Amino acid sequence: MEALTTITTTHYLILSAILFSLGVLGVLMRRSAIIAFLSIELMLNAVNLSFVALARDLVSLDGQVVVFFVMTVAAAEVAVGLALIVAFYRSLGTTDIDEAHELYG
Amino acid sequence: MIDLIWLIPLLPLLGVVINTFFGRFLSGKASAWLATLLVGIAAALTLVTIFQVRGLGEEFGGETVTLYRWMTAGDFSVTLSFLVDQLSLLMTMVITGVGFLIHMYSIGYMAHDPGIRRYFIYLNLFVFAMLMLVLGDNYLLMFLGWEGVGLCSYLLISFWFSDTVNADAGKKAFIVNRIGDFAVLLGIFLTWTTFGSLAYADIFGSIEAVSAGVLGLITFLFFVGCTGKSAQIPLYVWLPDAMAGPTPVSALIHAATMVTAGVYLLVRSAPMLDEAILISNFLTRDLVAWIGVLTALFAATIALTQTDIKRVLAYSTVSQLGYMFLGVGTGAYIAAIFHLFTHAFFKALLFLGSGSVMHGMEHGHHAISHGQPAEADDHATDEHGHADSFDVQDMRNMGGLWQKMPATAWTFLIGGLALAGFPLTSGFFSKDEILTLTQHGGYNLLYVIGIVTAFMTAFYTFRQFFMVFWGKPRTEAAAHAHESPSVMTVPLMILAAFALLAGLIFGLPLEDGVFHHWLEPLLYGLGHHEGEGYHLPIMASLAISSIVAIAGIALAYLRYGRRPAETVGEATAKGGLLHALSYNKWYVDEIYHALIVRPYELLAAFSARFFDRFVIDGAVNGVAKLLSVGGGGLGRLQSGFVRSYALGIVSGLFIIGFVMFLTIPNELRNYFSQLGTPAILTFVVGLGLLALILWTTLRPRKTVEAAADPITHTS
Repeated sequence: MEALTTITTTHYLILSAILFSLGVLGVLMRRSAIIAFLSIELMLNAVNLSFVALARDLVSLDGQVVVFFVMTVAAAEVAVGLALIVAFYRSLGTTDIDEAHELYG
Repeated sequence: MIDLIWLIPLLPLLGVVINTFFGRFLSGKASAWLATLLVGIAAALTLVTIFQVRGLGEEFGGETVTLYRWMTAGDFSVTLSFLVDQLSLLMTMVITGVGFLIHMYSIGYMAHDPGIRRYFIYLNLFVFAMLMLVLGDNYLLMFLGWEGVGLCSYLLISFWFSDTVNADAGKKAFIVNRIGDFAVLLGIFLTWTTFGSLAYADIFGSIEAVSAGVLGLITFLFFVGCTGKSAQIPLYVWLPDAMAGPTPVSALIHAATMVTAGVYLLVRSAPMLDEAILISNFLTRDLVAWIGVLTALFAATIALTQTDIKRVLAYSTVSQLGYMFLGVGTGAYIAAIFHLFTHAFFKALLFLGSGSVMHGMEHGHHAISHGQPAEADDHATDEHGHADSFDVQDMRNMGGLWQKMPATAWTFLIGGLALAGFPLTSGFFSKDEILTLTQHGGYNLLYVIGIVTAFMTAFYTFRQFFMVFWGKPRTEAAAHAHESPSVMTVPLMILAAFALLAGLIFGLPLEDGVFHHWLEPLLYGLGHHEGEGYHLPIMASLAISSIVAIAGIALAYLRYGRRPAETVGEATAKGGLLHALSYNKWYVDEIYHALIVRPYELLAAFSARFFDRFVIDGAVNGVAKLLSVGGGGLGRLQSGFVRSYALGIVSGLFIIGFVMFLTIPNELRNYFSQLGTPAILTFVVGLGLLALILWTTLRPRKTVEAAADPITHTS
């Protein structure tokens, strides 16, 4: 069982896929805006993981560079996203995203 | 003046424009005089041009005056240009000359009609269109005029459109004419594809290169158009009904000019017609001759028993047009045009005379029914469908008008003599020339039919004359009739002079007169060929024609003139089967109605009730329904739940990923397979997750409405 003794790129990719799927599930299944927000961050980091793993596998710096970009953008997004959640809570008194249906109909 | 020929059609068009846009600043009478004056100037200009062309001698072979390029599409190109030659000038003279007299007559006839300006606009437009027809130097310009006169004919027949009968007559004329026009259009298409040009000069210059069969088809199509426009079997049915229009219109359009357009078209196409063969050795010309002579005979048999003064003349017009086509068919082009020329005078005269009679009858009727002088009443508006059922056009109601209306009676007599072919009148020369040339061409059977028809013509013409003018008045209206104003009788006298003398002036010596010399350069070598067999000497032919005409008149005198009917009832003829057939026009209208109109109506009803409702409406409503249902279905996707939208995004992501996985470049695929099965396993796990997501989010749950926020509810 070489797969268990040596950690290969494939393992990183599998981990990345699992993290990404968990993120997706979180967004889809949890009603709390904050949890959904965290799930999005999880998805971003899952992608980062695959980028780094493949960069190492291909001996290329491109993937690592992209990861830095993603982290920067994620930081900015956190600021905006949290501000949105605060505003949302102030206007509706809840963070349940199912309540965000003012534009429905 | 030849270079300025465009002025002639422009003048009546100017009248149309002025009266249409500025007519409201003019009184009706001023509009009428303006229209008349412009046509008069056109007539004078035509006369000047004719003398100018005469001065050029017989070498003058026609001149084309090009104004501008009318339309171009690919290698198709038509110019707006006029052809000035002997034939077009002659037609122009008839149109403007007779047209001017009829305009003048109309001023009196329509004086009290509220629609007088509209009437003169139509009349001017007609003159313009007719001039374009004869002056155009190509078939397309001819067709422009051809359609234009058809339109004006329709407008003027249904001029008093508030009466359904008139409106129906107009529609009938238009629709029947459309059938013929369609054939003409096909003929023009075929001409274009065959010759690559529509100009007469180009076409007639390259006839040798075209097979006789193609020419036969082209000329056949043209002739079908002629049967519509010039009222020949089988499309003649509209002309008798066209008498619903004002009487001067019947004189101008439905006797003197428009209905002769077909004769003009065929004579203009004479170089083609001469070579055209329909089937094996049956020429298009033979067909023209047969249709012509049969129409002449057929219409004459109907005219024998009609009691409506205008209908008799209408059927006689159909019959005389038949003679013209007989002339064209036997190659006697000049004789056909000569008959067209004289017919324009005497038939216009007879129509205007009948209009004068009706005018007088109407006033007489008013005088007795209102007990007041019949001066200021609008006779024209109630020429048809008068409040009571008294019919001023019924000859049985007339009688004894000779003493009441001497000028009308004398001129009518002259017109009648010319129509009957009385020796030395204009109609005598032209009709006899057609018949003589028919006999000399070897068409003996056609000749005999023509002679029989001539006998009938003389009979019905004088039956009409005696019924209207002879004896004592049969009704009070006739007894109180009086002569028409001079604006109406002067044109009658001028036309009478031409009807009486045109033959003597232009037709002598026989087949060698002024008229023939005029057209000779144009039609030299075309048409008539001496046939085989016995040739009647010219004098014998003249004698036969004279005897037949006089015999017909004499028979009419014996039957109607010697002891005229005293009462309306007595004048109502009683006869056997033949009389009934003739009186009911051989039931042709009824047959057409049963064979064509009725099935067409059924088809229309089927279309309206089934096809329109279920197929057309069904298609429209179906599309609307499809969109409505589809929109409703797609609308459900907007559930109002942010998370279901997120599901949409994720589903899309997986679909795109799957497609990309299937279509990735080979080297990338190799790279992935080097990563080994775990990668694919990951993918499968992803799909499994997606299925799980789908199940959890799509399972039944409360809707937005049910889960409404209590805060929004209470506020």
